[in-house]
Amino acid sequence: MRCDFSDSLLQEYFDDELTANTAEEFERHLRHCARCATALVDLDLLRDRLHLAQLYEPATASLLRRINARFHPIAPKTPASKPLLWHWMAAAAALLFIAIVLGKVGPRLQVDDYQAELAGEIVDSHMHSLQPGSTMGVASNDARLVASWFETKLRFAVPVRDFANEGFALKGGRLDVIEGRSVAVLAYERDGHPINVFVWRTREPETSARTGSRQGFRWVDWRKEKMEFCVVSDRNVADLEQLHELIDSFT
Amino acid sequence: MSELSVEDRERFEQTVLPHVDAAFNLARWLLRGRADAEDIAQEALLRACRFFGGFNGGDARAWLLQIVRNTCYTWLEKNRPMELSMEFDEELHQPTSATPETLAIIADDHKRLTLALETLPPRFREVLVLRELEGCSYKEIATITSIPIGTVMSSLSRARRQLYSALTNSSQGACP
Repeated sequence: MRCDFSDSLLQEYFDDELTANTAEEFERHLRHCARCATALVDLDLLRDRLHLAQLYEPATASLLRRINARFHPIAPKTPASKPLLWHWMAAAAALLFIAIVLGKVGPRLQVDDYQAELAGEIVDSHMHSLQPGSTMGVASNDARLVASWFETKLRFAVPVRDFANEGFALKGGRLDVIEGRSVAVLAYERDGHPINVFVWRTREPETSARTGSRQGFRWVDWRKEKMEFCVVSDRNVADLEQLHELIDSFT
Repeated sequence: MSELSVEDRERFEQTVLPHVDAAFNLARWLLRGRADAEDIAQEALLRACRFFGGFNGGDARAWLLQIVRNTCYTWLEKNRPMELSMEFDEELHQPTSATPETLAIIADDHKRLTLALETLPPRFREVLVLRELEGCSYKEIATITSIPIGTVMSSLSRARRQLYSALTNSSQGACP
């Protein structure tokens, strides 16, 4: 038996391409159409498998070296003595190279290997949390409950808030270890996609949001009020930045 | 190499260069190899730099990927034209049959998926890579590939079905 909803509608729903109204209509249909529900599960399994297999291939080191050789940073506008200029250019070239490795060449080139390693660990932890059987420390959409759960586990207060009205539903929290220290992980969900927010204490100076991608996942990282935040998901950067702004607005 | 002004050059480095991973990833999957992908990604970046003046300041990733894609197809046409005709007998196209040898090679899921993805015709492979690995919207995929959004949807649907069946075929007998 065929249902009224064509495959393309099902796929558009799966890919978050439907308008809110049509999506709602489809969800009503989904409640009593086993065929569509099964097809959605299959699509989801396929997507998970593609993500978990880490098929995304970032630029190789040799490509980055070649690009770095062609696109060196602009020479300083103020004239400098020759040896200084060469020093400056060598340092800037090295920095640009590292920045490209991290996929976030920005106006400031203050990025280091440490950041790359960190992003790697965080993305690994995020992927781990997507695997079946991974557990939540506290599963609740009650921000106060989640915050007080963290209070018993960590020596710092974790800012927790539910942004369900803005499209980011709080799902709970768990603990993880990144770079040898305990971090709080806030679990959110947007249109069925898990988004994890990693929070830990830092003594480093505050920074504005920096974004990057790794293995098909995107992340936004910033420091504020002696805390570092890193939002990770397979959602687009715009979504992650929206969540960053929401968190930023109350921390 | 280019006659970009200092400002444009700076803008290029800030808006386009951060997408070098995306450029390489797309080239790697379209060309099915890292060495060729490095050459093509570099060529595409140089091309992007040369034509950066014509970039209107929209989505830099989509713009760069469009150039990468065109560079890949031009290269494929010249060097491996057979591969591009793959899509014309796509109905005849059967997923790789699983011999004991291939099954041994594709023991882990990464290899199995890589092989399955590489057996898809390029036009199907690219929409899957853009959607699932690069996280592009239908609209972005339509921009990058210059194909209508309706075709993006149907290609994606068929690509997923083919990948699914390639995976099911290749896993038959793989697990006891």
